[in-house]
Amino acid sequence: MIFFIIRRLILTVFLLLLVSAITFAIFFLVPRLAGQTSYELAAQYVGRNPIPSAIKAVEIKLGLNAPVYLQYGRFIKGIVAGVHYNNGPDVSYCPFPCFGYSFRNQEPVWPQLISDAPVTLSLAIGASVLWLIGGVSIGVLSALRRGSIFDRFSMGIALAGVSLPVFFTGLIALELFSYKWPIFPDVHYVAITANPLLWARNLVLPWVTLAFLYAALYARLTRAGMLETMGEDYIRTARAKGLPERKVIVKHGMRAALTPIVTIFGLDLGLLLGGAILTETTFSFPGLGQFTIEAIQNQDLPEIQGVVLLAAFFIVIANMIVDILYAVVDPRVRF
Amino acid sequence: MAPLLEVEDLRIHFRTDDGLVRAVDGISFGLERGRTLGIVGESGSGKSVTSMGIMGLHQGTKAEITGHIRLDGEDLVTATPNRVRELRGSKMAMIFQDPLSSMHPYYTVGDQIIEAYRVHNKVSKQVARKHAVDLLGRVGIPTPQTRVDDYPHQFSGGMRQRAMIAMALSCDPELLIADEPTTALDVTVQAQILDLISTLQSEFGSAVIIITHDLGVVAELSDDILVMYAGRVAEYGSAADIFGRPDHPYTWGLLSSMPRMDRAKTARLVPIPGTPPSLIRVPSGCPFHPRCRYTEVVGGRRCETEVPPLREAVTPGHAAACHLTTEQRTRQWADLSAATIPDNDKAPEAEEQAGEPEAREPV
Repeated sequence: MIFFIIRRLILTVFLLLLVSAITFAIFFLVPRLAGQTSYELAAQYVGRNPIPSAIKAVEIKLGLNAPVYLQYGRFIKGIVAGVHYNNGPDVSYCPFPCFGYSFRNQEPVWPQLISDAPVTLSLAIGASVLWLIGGVSIGVLSALRRGSIFDRFSMGIALAGVSLPVFFTGLIALELFSYKWPIFPDVHYVAITANPLLWARNLVLPWVTLAFLYAALYARLTRAGMLETMGEDYIRTARAKGLPERKVIVKHGMRAALTPIVTIFGLDLGLLLGGAILTETTFSFPGLGQFTIEAIQNQDLPEIQGVVLLAAFFIVIANMIVDILYAVVDPRVRF
Repeated sequence: MAPLLEVEDLRIHFRTDDGLVRAVDGISFGLERGRTLGIVGESGSGKSVTSMGIMGLHQGTKAEITGHIRLDGEDLVTATPNRVRELRGSKMAMIFQDPLSSMHPYYTVGDQIIEAYRVHNKVSKQVARKHAVDLLGRVGIPTPQTRVDDYPHQFSGGMRQRAMIAMALSCDPELLIADEPTTALDVTVQAQILDLISTLQSEFGSAVIIITHDLGVVAELSDDILVMYAGRVAEYGSAADIFGRPDHPYTWGLLSSMPRMDRAKTARLVPIPGTPPSLIRVPSGCPFHPRCRYTEVVGGRRCETEVPPLREAVTPGHAAACHLTTEQRTRQWADLSAATIPDNDKAPEAEEQAGEPEAREPV
C-alpha cells in the first residue's frame, strides 16, 4: 500500500511536469514554430503602440531571445522558486510561485489567482456536498424502488437536470427566488471571513443551481450502478446469510455501487476547482472562472497560462487522490 | 419423526410481460436429517428456483409461491419474511455455484464468515473471528489464522468454495443446500469439494440438498434423487433405484448421455433430442412428450393430452411420472441398457450395436 502511494506520487510529479511543458509549448513554442519571431512575441507584452526599444527591452527582460530549453528552465524555476527579471538598470524579483506579470495591470498573476480562488472553492465544495448527498440518495432510492412513481418522477427530473444548462436554471432561480419572491435578495459574493452568514445565504442559489446539474447526473449513475450491484451473486449470498435487508443494501450493495462514484466525484470536483465558469458568470461571482473569461477576453497570456496551470494542477491532484482512495476502497487494486 | 424438510405441491410462478413462467409447478418431496437429496435436471428445469424458494430468496421479486415448504414443521411459505430471514443462514444455509462472484470482493474472507456468524449469534468480534479461523481450518484451508484476513481474489477457486462452505456452516445449519457447488471448479478440485461436503455432513449431521446437472455428482453423494423436468418431478427414488432401474424416459436419456466407466470406450453417447421447453408454454400432457422416443409405445395421443401422475412403480418410494406400464418400462430399459451398457466380455459387439442408429431407436 505504501509503495502504491509512493509510486502514485512520483507519477503525479511527472504528470505536473508534462502539464507545464505542454502549457509552455502552447504559449512560447507554438507561436515560434508558426513563424513568430521573439521580437513579435515580445511586442504582445508591451501594450499598444510600443516603441521598438521598449519591445527590445521586454524581449531581453523575459529572455524571449534565449534558446527554448533555457526559457523552459526559467519558466519552471519561476514557478517553483521565483525568478529575477532584468529590467536593464534595476532587477525586479517575481517571488515563488511566479506565473509572470499580467498585461492589464502589470501585477504578478499568482496573487490575483489566490484572491479569486476562495470564491470558486466556496462554490465548488458547497455544491459538491449538496449534489453528492442529493444525487446519491435519489439514485439509491430510485434503484430500490425501480419502476415506482418516485423512480419515474426523479429520473424524469434528472433527465431535465442533465439537459438544462446552468445559465438557464441559474437565471430561472434568480428570477424566482431573488426577484419575484426575494428569499435570497441581492446575490453577490461575500467572503466567509467577512460575514459567514451572508456568505452562506448568498451562496445558496449558486450551490443549488450547480448541484442540480451534477445531482441529476449522479442520480442516474448511482441508480444504474445500484441496479447492477443488487443483481450480483454476492448480494444473494448476503441475503442467504440472513442479513437484514437494510444491511444488505448499505453494507454490501452501496459499498460496491458507490466506489466508481467516488472516482467520478474526485474528477468533477477537481475540474470545478479550476473555475465554474458558467455558474460564476451567471451569478457574477468573481472566482477563477470569471478570471479566466476576462483573461481570455483581454488576450492576457500570462493570466491564461496561470489559470490553465492551476486548473491542470487541481485535476492532476484530484486524480491522484482518487487513485489512492480507490486503492483503499477496493482491495483488488492494491496488488 | 417427521422429516426435517417437507415440500408439498410447491408452485413458484413468475408473472412477466411475456406470460406466466411456471418455473416450479407442483413438486413434492421430503428430506430426513442426515440424508442427502440430489436434484437433477437440465438448465431451466426449476432446480435452482426450488432451492431459492426454500431459502426464501424470492422475496421482493414478482414470484408467486403456493404450496407448503415445512422446515421442522414450520411452514416457510406462510411465515413472515423476518422469520424466514432469521432461519436463513442459521437453520438452513446455501452454497452457490460460482464462489468468486458469490463473495463480496471488498471484504476479507474472514469478515464475511464473521458477519454470517454474528447475524445469528450475539458474540464479540474476537469470538466470531476465532470461530471463523476454526471453520476455515475444518474445511481444509492451510494456515487459516493468516488466510482469514485475505480477500476472496487471493484465494484459488477451490479454496474460495471451501470458504463459502465454511460460511454456510458457520451457524451449524440443519439443512444445507448446495446449488451446483462444483460446476465452476476444475475437475481435480470437484472431487475434493464433494468429499468435503460429505465429510462435513457426517460431522455436522445436516441434511443436504445437492442441485446439479451432473449425474456423477449425485451418484457420489446422494441417498435419494429427484429428477426434475420443466418444473415438475419426472422421477423420484433412491440413488440405487435411479441408477439401477430408472423408470422414466427422461432419466434414461440423462443416463445414456453420460460417459460411464463400465461402458466401452468407443460407445457413442446418446443425446436427448431437442431442447428443454419454454416454461411459459409448457407442452400439454406430459411435458417431456415432444422429446420422448416412447410416445408410440404408449400409443394413441395419450402423452400429448394426459398429464402422467407421479406413480410408485415396483419399489416403494420410487416413483415416475410416465404413461408407460411397468412391463413396458422394464423391457425398454433392458433393451436400452443392453445397447449402451454392455457386459464386459461382449464389449466389441456392443460397440458395433451402439454405433448403429437402429440399435438406439426404440422399436
